[in-house]
Amino acid sequence: MDTAKKNGRSDEILLEVRGLKKHFPIHSGFLRRVTGYVKAVDGIDFYIKKGETLGLVGESGCGKSTTGRTILRLLDPTAGEIIFDDPNIGKVDLAKLSRAQLKRVRPNMQIIFQDPFSSLNPRLTVGQIVGEPLEIQKAASGQALRDRVAELLQEVGIRPENMTRYPHAFSGGQRQRIGIARALALNPKLIVCDEPVSALDVSIQAQVLNLLEDLQEKYNLTYLFIAHDLSVVEHISDRVAVMYVGYIVEMASTEDLYYHPKHPYTEALLAAIPKPDPRKRTRPIKLPGDVPNPANPPSGCYFHPRCRYAEDICKVERPPLRDIGGEHWVACHFAERLQLQGVTRLNEIPLIELPKRQAPVPAASPAS
Amino acid sequence: MATTASKLPKVAKGKKQEDVGQIPQWKLMVRRFSQSKLSVGALFVLGVMYVIMIFSDFLAPYPHDVLDSNNAFAPPTQIVWGPEGPGIYGLKQELDMERFQWIYTPDPSVIYPIRFFVQGHEYYFLGLFPSRLHLFGVEAPPEANARVFLWGADKEGRDLFSRVLKGSQISLTLGFFGVFLFVVIGSIVGTASGYFGGALDNLIQRLIELIRSFPDLPLYMALAAALPLNVPITVRYFLITVIIALVGWTGLAREVRGKVLAFRSADYTAAAIAAGASHWHIITRHLMPNAMSHIVVVGMLSIPGAIGLETALSFLGLGILPPAVSWGILLRDAQSVQAVVTYPWLLIPVILLIITVMSFNLLGDGVRDAVDPYA
Ligand SMILES: Nc1ncnc2c1ncn2[C@@H]1O[C@H](COP(=O)(O)OP(=O)(O)OP(=O)(O)O)[C@@H](O)[C@H]1O
Ligand code: SF4
Ligand SMILES: [Mg+2]
Repeated sequence: MDTAKKNGRSDEILLEVRGLKKHFPIHSGFLRRVTGYVKAVDGIDFYIKKGETLGLVGESGCGKSTTGRTILRLLDPTAGEIIFDDPNIGKVDLAKLSRAQLKRVRPNMQIIFQDPFSSLNPRLTVGQIVGEPLEIQKAASGQALRDRVAELLQEVGIRPENMTRYPHAFSGGQRQRIGIARALALNPKLIVCDEPVSALDVSIQAQVLNLLEDLQEKYNLTYLFIAHDLSVVEHISDRVAVMYVGYIVEMASTEDLYYHPKHPYTEALLAAIPKPDPRKRTRPIKLPGDVPNPANPPSGCYFHPRCRYAEDICKVERPPLRDIGGEHWVACHFAERLQLQGVTRLNEIPLIELPKRQAPVPAASPAS
Repeated sequence: MATTASKLPKVAKGKKQEDVGQIPQWKLMVRRFSQSKLSVGALFVLGVMYVIMIFSDFLAPYPHDVLDSNNAFAPPTQIVWGPEGPGIYGLKQELDMERFQWIYTPDPSVIYPIRFFVQGHEYYFLGLFPSRLHLFGVEAPPEANARVFLWGADKEGRDLFSRVLKGSQISLTLGFFGVFLFVVIGSIVGTASGYFGGALDNLIQRLIELIRSFPDLPLYMALAAALPLNVPITVRYFLITVIIALVGWTGLAREVRGKVLAFRSADYTAAAIAAGASHWHIITRHLMPNAMSHIVVVGMLSIPGAIGLETALSFLGLGILPPAVSWGILLRDAQSVQAVVTYPWLLIPVILLIITVMSFNLLGDGVRDAVDPYA
């Protein structure tokens, strides 16, 4: 699987994020004055190469969704650069674009959401939902729009006749497929997948992951795949970035990161991988100690109160994210020195059972 | 995948509950609403009342404001069957010196016939088309005291039936328009406040807090008392509508703001933004339609209050002023227990008001239950 993943990947960078920050103001008092900031994303750097999947992992509340949404300018960044290689315009800093300029870039970057219920407007038919991006971008109308929507629905395994139905008629997995069809509508290059399977049953998770992989191959998509579950990330990612309280602490190829973690937090996450019990698999990782409040993070290395390798310097100096060789990025003062425990074989990680794929995707069959 | 996809078309059509994903929400709402017999009944009652209101001038045999001292507190007229169909007797008016009260005795010697589709006083149908046609009237020489009072007469000898009909033109519409106006204001302000946020939101919220910090009724009364007195009834009607709207929009604006905040942060809105949607697209496609059912419910549930408010202001002499007539003004005649005991027909406007307000409440409840058809 890992060699297969490398197919079609290039070394060209599609998205590069530099020093990205997103701080949410905290208001209080009658006049709602700003009394502080939730530093949801606090200066992160990473890049995604064309055609690859970068997994973004971290405990709940560490700023993964905020990262994804800020990249897509669903939220305005507080600071930093988001350099996107647009196929038509070339490299642009999304952080600096105006609303009107953004509209031209938006078709190339789309998003899939975690919650299959909040992600589809209950008042619109499936056809309207999937066709909405086309309508907004004036990419198609009338019969052409309907044809394109039918095609998209088929692509994700939903029968096109369902176009006139409302989201209420569908299960969580089917709704996720509809959301995927909507994200595909404008032929994007980059898709931010914000925990797209976390809300689904384990059996359905595998189907949706398969679909995402198939689509990636077919359309040469690039994914930023957000998850709090290391097993899901291992399954789909070429590289993985680990986030802790608004900061990326380690980023490396999937194998490197799992076999040879260089950051104590990653080691702890790997040690906390749930046992191969399907009922426990999707639970967020729980580590000893509490995740710091992003409104009031610790000094120095944010991980130091929970780190068993911490030394004095860790309390005062925040380690920068640096490449220690072979595109293995770590933000720890002692990255080279520490001997950390990874997993010994990747199949130690409880892989989700993938059912054998039926040759034709059922809904695409002429019977429908 | 195969099983889930092929399961879908088998869902039976037309069966209750099972087809919820296949029909638009508003149809589900209509279906749910029609299941509530009480609300459908209320809708019917209100429908009848509003139709009667539209034809009120045609149905009223007399002008609402012509005084007739020969018929002060005349009781409901007895209808008799004469040679030419239905008719009435003339009335003889005497003063009972002991109880100081008019006594009316019918004079059976002549039957004055009731005619249908007669020409009478002039009115404007729907305020636009002049007409003299009335459903019925009594054919009697001017010197005979023979007038038909279906619901009796008031202390000035005015026909209560005609007055109730005329009063419905104000009482059934003013509260309605007041609510309509505040629903429009509240929706726009609430949406703007919730969607754009920031300084605008802050300003609007402070303004709402300011308005709401006054107690309701005194505020209404103060505003109404400040209205100019010597203006045509149409102007006064409009000003009172505005008063109802000015105070009423704040509650709705708050609720709409809350809804809009929730819908704005919904993922489907984020998806639209990610596709490059304009503010207008987001507001009209995702925020308004989702908030609409809530707005309608709040509006429906506010109508009885607004009708009551107009009645209260008119009753207190701060709303509609005589010679114009609304049910609130008619209520003033029914304020003394003694009058009501002696002339019970004066209570008819009260009964109608209660029926109207209750019907609107039932209708509002039905609509409220119906707008969440998936529940
Ligand atoms: N709109 C907002 N306003 C204020 N604070 C916010 C907002 N959105 C997120 N936050 C805060 O920012 C932090 C990061 O949130 P985020 O949703 O990005 O976390 P996450 O890693 O996606 O977590 P999860 O796994 O729960 O989805 C949290 O502390 C959250 O409370
Ligand atoms: S910098 Fe220090 S505290 Fe932070 S992870 Fe490394 S060893 Fe632990
Ligand atoms: Mg999240």
